[in-house]
Amino acid sequence: MKVLEVQGLTKNFGGLVAVNNLDFQVGECEILSLIGPNGAGKSTVFNLITAYLKPTKGSIRFRDGEITRLKTHQIARLGVVRTFQETNVYREMTALQNVVVAHHLCCKVGDWGHFLNTWKARQDNRKIHEGSLKLMEYFGLLECKDEITSNLPHGQLRALEIAVALAAEPKLLLLDEPFTGMNPEETDRLVGMVRGIRDRGITIVLVEHDMRAVMTISDRIVVISFGKKIAEGKPEQIQRDNTVIEAYLGKTDEGEGS
Amino acid sequence: MLAIGVIGLLYLVIYPILFRQQNYLLNIVITSSILSVISLGVWLVFVIGRINIGQAAFVLLGAYVTAILTIRLNLSFWLCLPISGLVAGLIGFLIGIPILRLKGVYFDMLTLCLTEAAMLVMLNLGGLTQGARGIMNIPLPGALKMGTLIVIPAFRPGDYLSFYYLSAVILILTLMALWRLNNSRVGWNLRTLRQSDTLAPSCGIDIVRYRLIAYTICCFLGGIGGSLFVVYVQSIFPTSFKVIDSIYYMLYCFLGGLNYILGPILGAFLLTFTFEGLRVIQKYQEGIYACLMIIFMLWLPNGLLSLRFRRGAHKKGSDGTRSGTILDRIRQFVKQQTR
Repeated sequence: MKVLEVQGLTKNFGGLVAVNNLDFQVGECEILSLIGPNGAGKSTVFNLITAYLKPTKGSIRFRDGEITRLKTHQIARLGVVRTFQETNVYREMTALQNVVVAHHLCCKVGDWGHFLNTWKARQDNRKIHEGSLKLMEYFGLLECKDEITSNLPHGQLRALEIAVALAAEPKLLLLDEPFTGMNPEETDRLVGMVRGIRDRGITIVLVEHDMRAVMTISDRIVVISFGKKIAEGKPEQIQRDNTVIEAYLGKTDEGEGS
Repeated sequence: MLAIGVIGLLYLVIYPILFRQQNYLLNIVITSSILSVISLGVWLVFVIGRINIGQAAFVLLGAYVTAILTIRLNLSFWLCLPISGLVAGLIGFLIGIPILRLKGVYFDMLTLCLTEAAMLVMLNLGGLTQGARGIMNIPLPGALKMGTLIVIPAFRPGDYLSFYYLSAVILILTLMALWRLNNSRVGWNLRTLRQSDTLAPSCGIDIVRYRLIAYTICCFLGGIGGSLFVVYVQSIFPTSFKVIDSIYYMLYCFLGGLNYILGPILGAFLLTFTFEGLRVIQKYQEGIYACLMIIFMLWLPNGLLSLRFRRGAHKKGSDGTRSGTILDRIRQFVKQQTR
């Protein structure tokens, strides 16, 4: 079953075509990597899927439902949640508070209930608190749960961001360069965690530059260059693909596509 | 807990009994209390990461609603008070829909213009607001009856003590409601908007909705404050609340401390008392007042309340995120907003 289906997705910034007629699909419980040279439009694709940007053309379907025209928070409610390329956390809250706040979608009680602190709201809060601790335990963040996030080291911040995204209980998780700036051990640890997330039944799409991580983790890879898909396949196929090698290392003949 | 008890006792019992004959001293506290209610609204908009310099527009609106309803329709003040708040809140909600899309300086500038716009509207509404002549002789609050039972007796002329308690009760109610809001999940959702308005929607938080909630409450409190002011001074003119008032409401929040709900209240009381205290030196009053304000802000960029909470924060080893002068703080704010 297809979880995500992107069809003819196009985004123009003025005269620049950032994403050009892109098609791809993601299957249930798959880990799909989007790779490509810098400026290929990978992050733009994420921004389009989660409605941070409006597509010029094309459609995005999630579980057979059109999400192209929805707003970001509505898409999150359906179960499509992303992380960000630059560190993006609530800087003045503690790590635990970050995760607790991110459980917004797990609230059964509305704003009034929480304002009046009804019995049900308190029950909500208790459950969310427990859930948050469990999530943080999974990512090994328990020891820094009361630390203000702006004081956390990079590796923990990256893990925290994924925990924050998972707090929204996504069915499809979009990770934007989760392994950037990590040393190999940290990367391996996080690769293991990401696999664990998938094993819980969450489909993952990943934008990443760390090729070692990409090749170990991905079920399938889509390669983008200048907003166009130039290759798609299993990691072994991609590694041997001539167009991909050209896109990364430059080419010997022919002009570039615009 | 003890501190709250002492301050509550001082505010509600000792001060009014001690100075019950001294209208001037009662007046200062009444003014401070009403200003606190208004500034608490502005503070809530700070929580979502916006600087609101347009609160005076809604104070003016609330004041005119009460003035017109009591004079034209002979409505009781006790009915006009909530109506003024609701009207201001509704107008704020409607204006908020377009302007809350703006970020940073653009939002600030637009709210600044709102104050001026509100004045011009009141000036030009002709018969309804009586233009520049304003509305005078607004009646004092009558008795509040429930059936035959008189809950609150009618206010008598020159009776400052009644106004003292009226403003005190409204301030305490406002504070309790906002306190609850601030500590509930709603408050946390509001804070997410300031700290990262890109991450919040990704968590499923409807940022437009929460911005509107904060702004509507802010305008509601402005309307309530205006309504209180107008029955207190019994007259209203288009120039009663100007841009400078909007700026003061904002300054109370800055001076008291943006991170604390008690900040705007402390700021409002302290600045009003200081200003009145400097009345003895007439000529230099405003000059010295301005200098004091600058010194305070350089010395305590996070507001006065950071003194009280600084030690606690250090113990946890968690602070240190905010330092620098007030200008840095504003810059930081603007940067966060325009990002």
